[in-house]
Formats: sequence, structure tokens, C-alpha cells
Amino acid sequence: MANPTIAEKFESYLDYPGMKKGLFGWIFSIDHKRIGLLYLVSMVLFFAVGVTLAFIMKLEMLSPGKDVVDPQTYNTLFTLHGVIMIFLFIIPGIPAVFGNFFLPIQLGAKDVAFPRLNLLSWWLYMIGGIFAIVSLFLQGGPIDTGWTFYVPYSIRTTTNVILPLLGAFILGFSSILTGLNFITTVHRLRAPGMTFFKMPLFVWALYSTAWIQVVSTPVVGITIVLVIIERIFQIGIFDPALGGDPILFQHLFWIYSHPAVYIMILPAMGVVSEILPTFAKRTIFGYKAIAYSSLAIAFIGYFVWAHHMFTSGMSDTSRMIFSLLTFVVAIPSGVKVFNWIATLYKGSIDLRPPLVYVMLFIFLFSIGGLTGLILGSLATDVHIHDTYFVVAHFHYVMFGGTIIILFGALHYWLPKMFGRMYNEKVANIAAGIIFVGFNILYFTMFILGYQGMPRRYWSYLPEYQTLHIISTVGSWILILGMIVMFWNLIYGVLKGKSAGDNPWGGTTLEWQIQSPPIMENFHEIPTITHEPYYHAAAINTEDNKHKKIDEGENE
Amino acid sequence: MSKPNEGVEKVPLHLADPHHHKDAIGAKMGMWLFLFTELLLFGGLFLLYMAYRLQYTQDFVIAAKELNLMMGTINTIVLLTSSLTMALSIAAIQRNKKTLAIWMLVVTVAFALAFMVIKYFEWTAKIHHGIYPGSPDLLNMPNGEIIFYGMYYSMTGLHALHVIIGVVIILFMLVFLIRDKITQHDYIKLENAGLYWHLVDLIWIFLYPLFYLIH
Repeated sequence: MANPTIAEKFESYLDYPGMKKGLFGWIFSIDHKRIGLLYLVSMVLFFAVGVTLAFIMKLEMLSPGKDVVDPQTYNTLFTLHGVIMIFLFIIPGIPAVFGNFFLPIQLGAKDVAFPRLNLLSWWLYMIGGIFAIVSLFLQGGPIDTGWTFYVPYSIRTTTNVILPLLGAFILGFSSILTGLNFITTVHRLRAPGMTFFKMPLFVWALYSTAWIQVVSTPVVGITIVLVIIERIFQIGIFDPALGGDPILFQHLFWIYSHPAVYIMILPAMGVVSEILPTFAKRTIFGYKAIAYSSLAIAFIGYFVWAHHMFTSGMSDTSRMIFSLLTFVVAIPSGVKVFNWIATLYKGSIDLRPPLVYVMLFIFLFSIGGLTGLILGSLATDVHIHDTYFVVAHFHYVMFGGTIIILFGALHYWLPKMFGRMYNEKVANIAAGIIFVGFNILYFTMFILGYQGMPRRYWSYLPEYQTLHIISTVGSWILILGMIVMFWNLIYGVLKGKSAGDNPWGGTTLEWQIQSPPIMENFHEIPTITHEPYYHAAAINTEDNKHKKIDEGENE
Repeated sequence: MSKPNEGVEKVPLHLADPHHHKDAIGAKMGMWLFLFTELLLFGGLFLLYMAYRLQYTQDFVIAAKELNLMMGTINTIVLLTSSLTMALSIAAIQRNKKTLAIWMLVVTVAFALAFMVIKYFEWTAKIHHGIYPGSPDLLNMPNGEIIFYGMYYSMTGLHALHVIIGVVIILFMLVFLIRDKITQHDYIKLENAGLYWHLVDLIWIFLYPLFYLIH
């Protein structure tokens, strides 16, 4: 086995000679790193579409009555914004991009357990996305049911419902395949010495997420199929005119779609647990508590779905039980936040861009989480149900939580994925603009909602106008911040200076290999002897990191 | 799970293809996870069946009497037997009896097709009587019976779709067997196909009493 010196560079996965040339070398590649990048590119494109739709919606909200679009178009805008952002962006999100890329590396493996299945997942993802987009241009017009597809409206409306539903079903299938791939990978492909409690916490989060994907997605799959069958054949299962019960649809829908919230947030929490020890230069506080709390969130997350239906018509007993369980799920989330804060305590904090994003996350996600408690308590929920308060809450959680961390993960791992560094100062400025724009945009929605502004309305009473204008201006600032951020990242990837193998002083396995990684990830599969965030070893051997891999890190 | 990393050989990695390794335990684990999702897919339907049965007990009993118990029973026997031949095929290849394994798969496919033919006659008989989703006759019936037939057609239909997929999979396994891609030492593909086929069988074992037997 050749002992690579630092100067020696091996052919990276980006220009591996064994692959097909050009585009085909990417879209038919079964390498987990290339598939991760495929997801990244396609997801950023869908994200841009989703942002554009939201931008138009906010413009429409500048004044009561018509500004840019008519009411029916507005209905399709918020539906597609939801469908694209949820099914095509946030749910695959971090697991599909960073999970694919770093799960095998962090485990010390050469690839995921089923590489070909992995490629199939991406193809299914693209087909599902294309179905959703194509439905826009067909006769009947784009879907206008809201992303929840509630019956009976979704079986009565004349818009194109079947195609986007089919798209959602296929996307679910893709999600399931990724999930079972990751579970098997974690069980079967850990490097020698990598016990469950020596796995990085990002892997723990992906593992918990994968279980949710496998266990809950089929339920929404069958629900979607039944709506399609209902539209074509009138089987009556969800049609109240034929004796069906629409509330049952809502139950089945949320049995998936609430755990899906944790599919979105758990991987982000895993990324936070990676970034914090790297930049605090100390091991994570409460490793086992964080690992177990991921599993606890995944488990309890199944038993809270009906808190989306407090006003749908349920017995008081079940509403109270679901309200109580909703409060219980806040406990493991709290465990995580406290452990993160404790990790920073007495660390040598190095405030670089990824950590800045984590700071934003802890702040924004805490607001999102705490307002979730207001919604979870029965009495207040009845008052603010279906208002902008809910919209603000889930944007604080989904955008302020998951997407902010997705940005943070980009800043943390792009230097490893491409071997080049972006401009850190610009990255910090962009984060600042995003933070300001975000709060102007969404915090006003809390106030609007509290005052009674209903969600999904095309027009509103004049007294809400001032806040709506402030909110719209916030959306411009936010978009500006994101443009600066993406420009800085893309410029960094293409033209940035070399990042080196370990720009942050990270301790997990991906920082011990070459940037960008070679096709096989490791020259020799490492042997793991200590916990993932062991900084002493990294500091002692600052100048022979490569040697450490070969010696199995056991000095 | 107890033996991590079994699939990764300790060879110089430049020489090994990073994306292909044999790991029978991993493959089977993936298959079980997939079967789990299939159970949950049907689980949603079973849940709906339970809810509507409680709501429309009387209508469900009346509608169930219209179903052809004889055909349902024959189909149950056919499908159960096909599960047996599937298992025998795996047992045969484990003992390196290739020809026997191939014949057992052929019989399995034959049983599966027989199941579909019987299903076809059963459905067409119903449709001739004007009982199919959206038909004028059905829409004149009480709501509970509409739902019963809605559940009947969607659940047995989804199951029939799984039978068809199963047949395709088994045909692939036949090709693999003939071309020696499945051997005495590497039969995980066949075993996974068998697992899938047993699941199809298992779901029918629940559908049969729910639609044909309980009155």
C-alpha cells in the first residue's frame, strides 16, 4: 500500500478517468459523491423555482385586491410553492445531498450499500419533479388544492391533480429507497472499530431520518393512490357524497406528513452536531443524549399527527391527548439545544461562516419551536389555526431551521467536496443579510396571524396593509442575501483558492482524506479507535494527518 | 449487524471497484426493509377497511354475501401452493439441483397466472352484474355497499398488481438461474424474490377472510 504524502494528489471523483465522459458520466454514475452532487444541482434549481413563486405571492400581497395575479393563479402559486419546496427540496434536502456524499465517508466506507438503487432514487426524484412541472402546462391548469391535497376539494377541482399526485407518489418511492439504503449502509458498512457510539452524530441523525422515511412514507403513498383512484373511478372511499370520510384522509395524510417534518429537521440537527465541535475545538457535550434524542424525536414524532387537525372535527379526548403528546416531542429537541449550548461553553470558539449559520439556526429554530408550543396547546390553536401565525411558525422551523442549516452545510462541506474555498467575509455578510431579511419577512407574519389574517387568502382588510408591505420588503432583502450567498459559493467552487484537506480542523473521517476525495474515498479503510470528536489527536498530529489514516488513528 | 464491514475486503483499494461488493446479509436486510414498507402501504388500506366496517357494519355484511366464496377459496389455495413451490425452488438451488429449481419456478409462475385468470373471471362476473366503481347500479346502492366495493376493488386490485410484479420478478429469476447468475453459493437474488412472493401471499391471507369469510 502506497503511503501518500501530502504533496501527492490523486485523481479525485470529479475527474475520475474510469467514468463515462460528460453528462452521462454524471447522470448514470453510481458513485455516491456524484449522486450527491446531482441532487444538489437539481435541488437548487427546484429551490429557485419555489423562491420565484413565493416572490410573486409576496408582490401580490402588497395591497388588498389585485396587484400582479388573479385569485385562481394565487391558489396555484401557493400550492406549487408548497409542493416544490416540501417534496422536491426540503424532504430530500440534506440527506440526499450531504447524506449521500458524507454518510459513507464518515462511516469509513467506499460507497453506500446499494449504489445502483441510489442512482435509481435520483432518477425517480427527477421523474417525480418533471411530473409536477409538466402538469403546469397541460389543459385544466396547474393544481390549486394546497400542498395538502385535502379531499373532497382535490377530487372535485377540474385542475390537473392526478399528475402532481403521481409525482408526489414517485418522490415518496425515491425517499423510501434512499432510507432503506442508508439504514443498510449504517448496519453493514461501518469501518472496523466504528461501533454505533463512535459514529458521528450526523450519521445518527441520518439513521433516525431513514427509519422515518421507511416507516411513514408508504402511508401517504397509499393515500395519494386512493385519491387518484377516487378521481378516476369514483370508488367513494374519500368522497362524502358516496359515504366516504374526508377526515380519514386527513389522518392518513398527517400520519406521514407530520413525521415528514422530522425527516426535514433531524438531518439539520445532525449537521449542527457536526459543525459545533469542529469550531468549538472540543468534543460534543452529551454525545449519547444527542444520539438518543434523534431516535426519540423519530419515535414520538409518530404520535402527534392529529395536532394538525384540532379544528377538523375530533373528540375532545383525542384532541387533548394529541396536544399533550405534542408537548412531549419538544423535550428531545430541548435536550439537543441545551447540549449544543453546553458544547460551546469553554470551547475555543472559532467564528467562521458555518458556525455563523449554526448560530442563526439556534436563534431562528428556537423561535420556531417555541411558537410551535403555542400552536400545540389546544385553546390557542383554535384561535390562530389557519392564520399567518402558522405560516410564520413553519417557515421559522423549515426555513430558519432546515434551510439555514443546509446553507451552513454548504459552507462547511463545499471546500471538501470541491477542494476550493469561498470568500469567508462575503459569506458572513450574506448570512447577515439573510438573517435581517428573514426576520422582517416572517416575524411580521406572526403579528399578522395573531391579529387574524388568514393564510392562503388572495386579498385582505386594509388594516393589515402596513405589515404586509414590511413583510414583502423583507422578502426582497432575503432574496438579495441568498443571491449574494450563492454567487459567493459558486464563485468559490469555480475560482476559489485551494482549501486544503482540512480547512476547519475537523476530526471526523471526511477531514482526514484528500479534498476533493478520490473515487474510493480512502486509500485504505481506516480503523476507528476513539470517539468522533476527539480533538487531542488532531492537534497532536497536525502535520501528518494523512499518515493517521494509514495507521488507523491509533497513536 | 454484529459483523460490520463484512462486504469490504482488505485489498488494495485501487484495484477494487468501489461500487460493487457482495453482501448477502445486507441485501436481505434491504429486502426486509422494503417488505416492511409494503406492509405499511397495505396497512393504510386495512385501517380504512376497519374504520368503514365499524361505520357500515350492516352494509358490509350484505355486500360481502355477493362475493363468490368458491373462487376466493380456490385462489387462496392456488396462491398458498405457489408459495410452497417458491420455497422448494430455493431449497433445490441450495442443494445444487438447478433443473429442479427451474421447474419449481415455472410451476410458481403457472400458479400465479392461474390466480390472475380466476381473478379475471371473478371481476368480469361482477362487472357484468353492473357492480363496478362509478356504475349506475352501484351508485344506487346504500353508501356502505359502495364503500365495500370500493375497498374490494382497490385492495384486490393493488394485490393483483403485486402478483403481476411478482411474476415479472420470478421470470427474471428464471433467466438468472438458467444463465447461472444464481448458484448454490450465491442465491440471494432468488431468496429475496421468494421473500417478496411470500409477502404477496401473506397479504392475500388477510384479504381473503376480510372480504369472503366474515359475514
